[in-house]
Amino acid sequence: MTEKKPIPLEFEKPLELLAQQIDALEKQIGEHPELENDIDRLKEQYEQLRRSLYSNLSASDHLAIARHAQRPYTRDYFDRWDPNWVELHGDRKGMDDAAMVTGLVHMGDFKVIAVGTQKGRSLRDKQQCNFGMPQPEGYRKALRLFKHAEKFGLPVVTLIDTPGAYPGMAAEEHNQAEAIAVNLFELAGLKVPVIAIVTGEGGSGGALAVGVANRIMMLEHSVYSVISPEGCASILWRSADKDKDAARAMKITAREILELGVIDEVIAEPLGGAHHDYDVAAANLKKAIIKQLEKLMAMSGDAVRADRQKKFREIGAFHEATA
Amino acid sequence: MDLKEWFASRKKQREAEEVKLPLATDEYCALWKQCFQCRELLYTSQLRENLHVCPKCQYHFRIGAMERLEQLIDHGTFHELDANLESADPLNFVDTDSYVKRQVEASRKSGLTEAVITGEGDIEGEKACVGVMDFGHFGGSMGSVVGEKVARITEYATEKKLPLILISSSGGARMQEGIFSLMQLAKTSSVLKSFSDSGGMYISILTEPTFGGVTASFAMLGDIIIAERGARIGFAGRRVIEQTIRQKLPADFQTAEYLLKHGQVDMVVERAEMKKKLAFIIRFHSGSKSKPQSAPPRPKAATR
Repeated sequence: MTEKKPIPLEFEKPLELLAQQIDALEKQIGEHPELENDIDRLKEQYEQLRRSLYSNLSASDHLAIARHAQRPYTRDYFDRWDPNWVELHGDRKGMDDAAMVTGLVHMGDFKVIAVGTQKGRSLRDKQQCNFGMPQPEGYRKALRLFKHAEKFGLPVVTLIDTPGAYPGMAAEEHNQAEAIAVNLFELAGLKVPVIAIVTGEGGSGGALAVGVANRIMMLEHSVYSVISPEGCASILWRSADKDKDAARAMKITAREILELGVIDEVIAEPLGGAHHDYDVAAANLKKAIIKQLEKLMAMSGDAVRADRQKKFREIGAFHEATA
Repeated sequence: MDLKEWFASRKKQREAEEVKLPLATDEYCALWKQCFQCRELLYTSQLRENLHVCPKCQYHFRIGAMERLEQLIDHGTFHELDANLESADPLNFVDTDSYVKRQVEASRKSGLTEAVITGEGDIEGEKACVGVMDFGHFGGSMGSVVGEKVARITEYATEKKLPLILISSSGGARMQEGIFSLMQLAKTSSVLKSFSDSGGMYISILTEPTFGGVTASFAMLGDIIIAERGARIGFAGRRVIEQTIRQKLPADFQTAEYLLKHGQVDMVVERAEMKKKLAFIIRFHSGSKSKPQSAPPRPKAATR
């Protein structure tokens, strides 16, 4: 469980109101035992509302859950998978980007090289992690670990939760486009299994830079998109407050992307979102990863590489006229 | 009409003409073009002869894929491939207008079916596979078709053991194709990896403008990367960066010359020199296993 009570999101307000009413009635039950029936009815209503609310979420509701301030981040998952995991630092070229976490993690019987983007929890953390937006050095740090994994025949597991690469001056000067491109290029050639999971926001090239995997999975309420809905809205609608329309139009939710055939699996979250129960979310992830690892680790290096290249080679939708 | 009225109407006519003058773009005037940099008025035909470079200030105008091919490929040797690929609308995308309508509009404006033309042709007699992007078609954005055509020409080059030249000009990934367009970054990079592993040589040419998803995939993966003079190249757009960091960026930020200074490209080349440079690079790498081809006699070190 989270240490603190989950903060309700905008669309969860009706649910929150009902919960407050139930609380208020329960306080009076000592004096008015006849209220018990009402309370039971309200509780039933509450459960019903809860279920229907979470089964009819819009794209922007999913986005709100994916960006929830209490959503578990990469380190929360690593800690729960393996309390003794060992972090590895630095790109060996001059920087250790806190927005990209890398380390040695045990997952069940498997040893994996784990890589993930990290948003910070406290304000200080957030600044250090640049709100989950890696610098080019972060991608190069990840690349170092990919090569390390290949050298020692270890599978790679990546967690993706980032708004995207950072639009800053230094990032451009240090060639972040190249950093991303080289990661795509090298990941495509890796001879060890790669599994990528979008756990929160999958923001464009910055997410894909650690996302070229044999299996791509997404948590139920996570999103994956080519540009942020706000960015898309301001370009195509010329107004940033059309973000809800943009979120719907781009089909960014886990279910929609599964239907488009781009990802392999949607992993269930605790009702209301992963922030309601970190342990369950981490366990669900672990189970899904291990299931895939069991299949992929049985394949030869060349087969794993071919499997990944084939997967991406086939993504795309177009007409081919037969002339 | 008395004389006064005649003068008045003539004056009106002139004023109307004068307002039109600065708008010397294609749509208004086929004969003249105004340089965006030095404001010189130029004859379109002369400009074309000068490869769309201002003779006065050397400003390089944006050019389309067809013109680029004309300039780089030996006359009559170009053979287009995969011209039959057309965009689908996998998301049924509608913003203020539908994606299908926007595709029709883009084709009407550019005269092309997609933002890249791929094929095989000779450069000073050297065979090569070429892909040329056209910013005039849908902002040169990369959707499924651009990704597929780039992937196919790369595979073709792998199979035929030919050098690959991709000339980029793009605003980035095509938002209307959502996640599919993002995945084209991975697709093109993945195919280039196989090409590279097979020993193929890839020259990437960055032209005005190259941004976003195209820069973050195949454009930055060249064995040799050439930027055309004056081209603006980057990942995030200038305005986005300025809004994020809340300060003005230097005037030459993200120009070809700036990239050269920061070690991101091998060279900056003028349009008039491009074909010669390409042919030189292809010849230098062909046959490989650098045999000393009757090297010119070295001047003997002077002994004292």
